[in-house]
Amino acid sequence: MLKRRLLQRAFKSLFLTEIIKGFAKTLHYFFKKKVTIQYPFEKGQLSPRFRGEHALRRYDNGEERCIACKLCEAVCPAQAITIEAEERADGSRRTTRYDIDMTKCIYCGLCQEACPVDAIVQGANFEFATETHAELIYTKEKLLSNGDRWEPLLAENLASDMEAS
Amino acid sequence: MTPLLNELLGYAENIAVIGFKALFLMVALLLGVAYLTLAERKVIGYMQLRIGPNTVGPFGLLQPIADGIKLLHKETIIPIAANKFLFLVAPVLLFSLSLAAWAVIPFAPGWVFSNINVGVLYLLAISSLSVYGIIIAGWSSNSKYALLGALRSAAQMISYEVSIGLIIVSVLLCSGSLNLTSIVFAQQKCWYAVKLFPLFIVFFISCLAETNRTPFDLPEAEAELVAGYHVEYSAFPFALFFLGEYANMILMSAMCTILFAGGWLAPFSHPIIDWVPAVAWFLVKICVFLFIFLWTRATLPRYRYDQLMRLGWKVFLPISLLGVVIVSLCVMLKGAV
Repeated sequence: MLKRRLLQRAFKSLFLTEIIKGFAKTLHYFFKKKVTIQYPFEKGQLSPRFRGEHALRRYDNGEERCIACKLCEAVCPAQAITIEAEERADGSRRTTRYDIDMTKCIYCGLCQEACPVDAIVQGANFEFATETHAELIYTKEKLLSNGDRWEPLLAENLASDMEAS
Repeated sequence: MTPLLNELLGYAENIAVIGFKALFLMVALLLGVAYLTLAERKVIGYMQLRIGPNTVGPFGLLQPIADGIKLLHKETIIPIAANKFLFLVAPVLLFSLSLAAWAVIPFAPGWVFSNINVGVLYLLAISSLSVYGIIIAGWSSNSKYALLGALRSAAQMISYEVSIGLIIVSVLLCSGSLNLTSIVFAQQKCWYAVKLFPLFIVFFISCLAETNRTPFDLPEAEAELVAGYHVEYSAFPFALFFLGEYANMILMSAMCTILFAGGWLAPFSHPIIDWVPAVAWFLVKICVFLFIFLWTRATLPRYRYDQLMRLGWKVFLPISLLGVVIVSLCVMLKGAV
């Protein structure tokens, strides 16, 4: 038994069988289809639950969804959200200030989870790099315009997520 | 007066022709080196399911030129503690040695700078000298990593040169000549890669060690020595090291081709194949060996230092010694092969 094992080992090391197998493997991969995604020109698939850049959504009639309940501000583990609220002329409760510090945000998605009216959401956009820090302190206007810009995709993603859950 | 003048003119003409040829060879070699680096990145990329550089020029074909320009633009940093003169001499030495070896390489019948009778010996001498470049680089940098890398490299190259030398002796016994052209002609019936197959494999593996390629790239083991003997080098001196290393790879492939794969000889004779010029066969064979170099790099992990030494002294040396004994016995019994 031992002799046979020794013989086998001698055979393997003398004829480099394992190394030849390795070479065959790499040569096989040489001719396989490549998996590279050439990023700026090609992009990978994103999940509908992808947590990217934030957006504040509106109802179909143009009214902003956010009711200034401050649940997102409370739940935010990075304390990146700052909200100030006041009663509006028509008596509804709205935010006067809704800031997200994107450099503090950890993109955990808890704000979206906490929101009772699906106002604050994280969309599919992840290409929002800027040249200055100040540009990454998002204001209410910026977030609402994000919402207007991405609404079709946001609605679609939310709907498909509802289906799944 | 006139005969002397004529002689001088003829002499000058000769020198001009040789200089022109040498320049041509150098340019071709440098281009070869440049595109070898691209081929390396492409081949290894393909074997790792990537596509490699493809942005600079069509299929990334201008990438090596961009790399070269980048290296030329950078600042040459000389460490304060370094020996300035030796620090700068080392890369020049290494690079010029890797070019000098090409003087005896026959590309095709008659296509050789000097068809000397001791071509093999010359090659061995030159490749041994290149250890000096590495040692000087490692020592003059005055850095521990560089010194360690240089020591490893020297030990490794010397160990493997022993078996390379012995295998070359077996080839010489078979061919009965030290002249590279006649070694190629001696393989007209049967390549030595077939005749001396085990020795050919050992020779190729020793070539990997001699050129500091994976799996024997201990002198520049990134994980432990940062980059080995050329850690302290930047810009042009670094480019010279790089060029020298890759030129050595091409040289070793050429040596494999000449000693074992029949040099410029076609693998078999056929009216269609006879059309292909001899030099094309030589280049194709070199490319095949270079591909194996790159293939090895994509396949094998690095050896440990003691394993490397064990392989060199305890496995390859006995095998190549045995090879010499067997080959000489055969030659003695059969008369000249």
